[in-house]
Amino acid sequence: MNSRATDDELRSAARKLRSHSLRMISQAKTSHIGSCLSVADILAVLYGRILRVDPLRPDWPDRDRLIMSKGHAAAITYAAVAEAGFMPADRLEGYARNGSQMYGHVTHVGVPGIEFSSGSLGHGLPVGAGMALAGKRAGAKWRVFVVMSDGECDEGSNWEAILFAGHHQLDNLTIVIDYNKIQSLDAVDKTLRLEPFADKFRAFGWSTREVDGHDVAALSKAFELVPFEKGRPTAIIAHTIKGKGVSWMEGKVLWHYRAPTPEELVTALAEVEAS
Amino acid sequence: MRTAFIQALNELADSDPRVCLIVGDLGFSVIEEFSQKHPDQFVNAGVSEQNMIGLAAGMALTGKIVFTYSIGNFATLRCLEQIRNDVCYHRANVKVVSVGGGVAYGNLGVTHHASEDVAIMRALPNMVVVAPGDPVEARLATRAVVELDGPAYLRLGKAGEPVVHEKEPNFELGRAITLGEGTDLTLIASGGMLATADKVARTLVAQDVGVRLVSMHTVKPIDKEAVARAATETAHVFTLEEHSVEGGLGGAVAEVMAELPPGHAPLKRIGLRPEFNKTVGDQNYLKSLHGLDEESVLKTIQQIIARSYRRVG
Repeated sequence: MNSRATDDELRSAARKLRSHSLRMISQAKTSHIGSCLSVADILAVLYGRILRVDPLRPDWPDRDRLIMSKGHAAAITYAAVAEAGFMPADRLEGYARNGSQMYGHVTHVGVPGIEFSSGSLGHGLPVGAGMALAGKRAGAKWRVFVVMSDGECDEGSNWEAILFAGHHQLDNLTIVIDYNKIQSLDAVDKTLRLEPFADKFRAFGWSTREVDGHDVAALSKAFELVPFEKGRPTAIIAHTIKGKGVSWMEGKVLWHYRAPTPEELVTALAEVEAS
Repeated sequence: MRTAFIQALNELADSDPRVCLIVGDLGFSVIEEFSQKHPDQFVNAGVSEQNMIGLAAGMALTGKIVFTYSIGNFATLRCLEQIRNDVCYHRANVKVVSVGGGVAYGNLGVTHHASEDVAIMRALPNMVVVAPGDPVEARLATRAVVELDGPAYLRLGKAGEPVVHEKEPNFELGRAITLGEGTDLTLIASGGMLATADKVARTLVAQDVGVRLVSMHTVKPIDKEAVARAATETAHVFTLEEHSVEGGLGGAVAEVMAELPPGHAPLKRIGLRPEFNKTVGDQNYLKSLHGLDEESVLKTIQQIIARSYRRVG
């Protein structure tokens, strides 16, 4: 954790995460680059300024827990733990390669710093709620953060946990939703409408704030203020753009699936570096 | 069995604050003492089994030993993927407890008949599957799964099952308990069918048939040595369970026997036919329709061993 990272340093960290993800996904020819690019600033802020973790002691009992529930954004999650110091960045070259331990969905086995494996949506929040309940009952100071996708909110298991966390006043639990407005086949609004999204959380007893998910200062401010209200879990709805940082990927369903070709990678990296 | 289980769990929770119980809004007249004595170790997750297992995994990953409790298929099938990914993949210290295995909730309906749960739980990596045979085994199994660092499935009957073990047996997960010796046949039972097996064995012994009676309380990992011994030292092997004959105890024993060198005893699986019940009935009624009452089991065994003797003669 580096609590003194400046906004510029966070922006630079986000650029690094985007570049890593583009390289990893292009080389491994896997999917979900759009989902990685949309969550880059969120992860940069969490690892750069918010999370109390110790890369030298991944199992430190008093660490904050981060669950990446949108497990398809695996490349950027591995990049984030590598950049946070949990493992050397050159290990990222093994992403989704035969014989490596970094699957195309977030995997904890053999990857230090990964708290929980995901890939099937709707699993992270119930587990995070269980951790938060245990922490609260123990009077622990550590907190739980769950990063979710918007499409993931279609899963009923999440709403079971949202009901539970509100009832049990788990104010040590924060979710951040990477609301990039596009899910697997189409726009969220055309698939299963989530709006009025914030109102849903409020109705379930949560505190909610909507932020620009690409504004590191706004994200930091929100995360630094959690819980917004004592006795309420926090939902930060981060408005993002799928594929953010590469103009021709932004807002396109295609980049939920396609991997950039080597030629596309060069132009994508150039855009990210220039941003 | 559920009474023996909850008593044992209460005692364990007294001495170990890590022991927690999460229920899925079920357990009326069972869980009250636990929830009153150990409010900080108890959670009612409400009617939300997926969340119940997720919560349990999350709590377990912070160092708790978490029992989840529901009935029939709600404890297992409703939240199967959570059990697979959140519990088994993470080797989370979660003990999934289901009450009412088999057709214990007979006239409540097919939704309440847990007839494939052992097969499905048995297929999951890292999962230990235990179906204790009587209240004594239920108590010992509860203690044993707490000692085990990792996932377990504890399949219990309801209440009022007879005690089969006159004295406390040596209970070890993965090691079958032999209750009687004989060489004519082996009767391997799991769960509440142990009492039926015991009665059938006594009748056969009175008829001068030598019966080895085995309680296979742990269906996974199955005691391969006990199965191999039964198949090579006795002339017939029978499995007896209140579960589909596909994939449960009978399936597990069949898998072991299929890989033994040739020349071993034949196997007959006695259990629920793999179908949905069409006729309403209480547990005993439905069991009799499936040939799982004492008389039918006895008849099945007698017919098979008689045929075999005729062949030999």
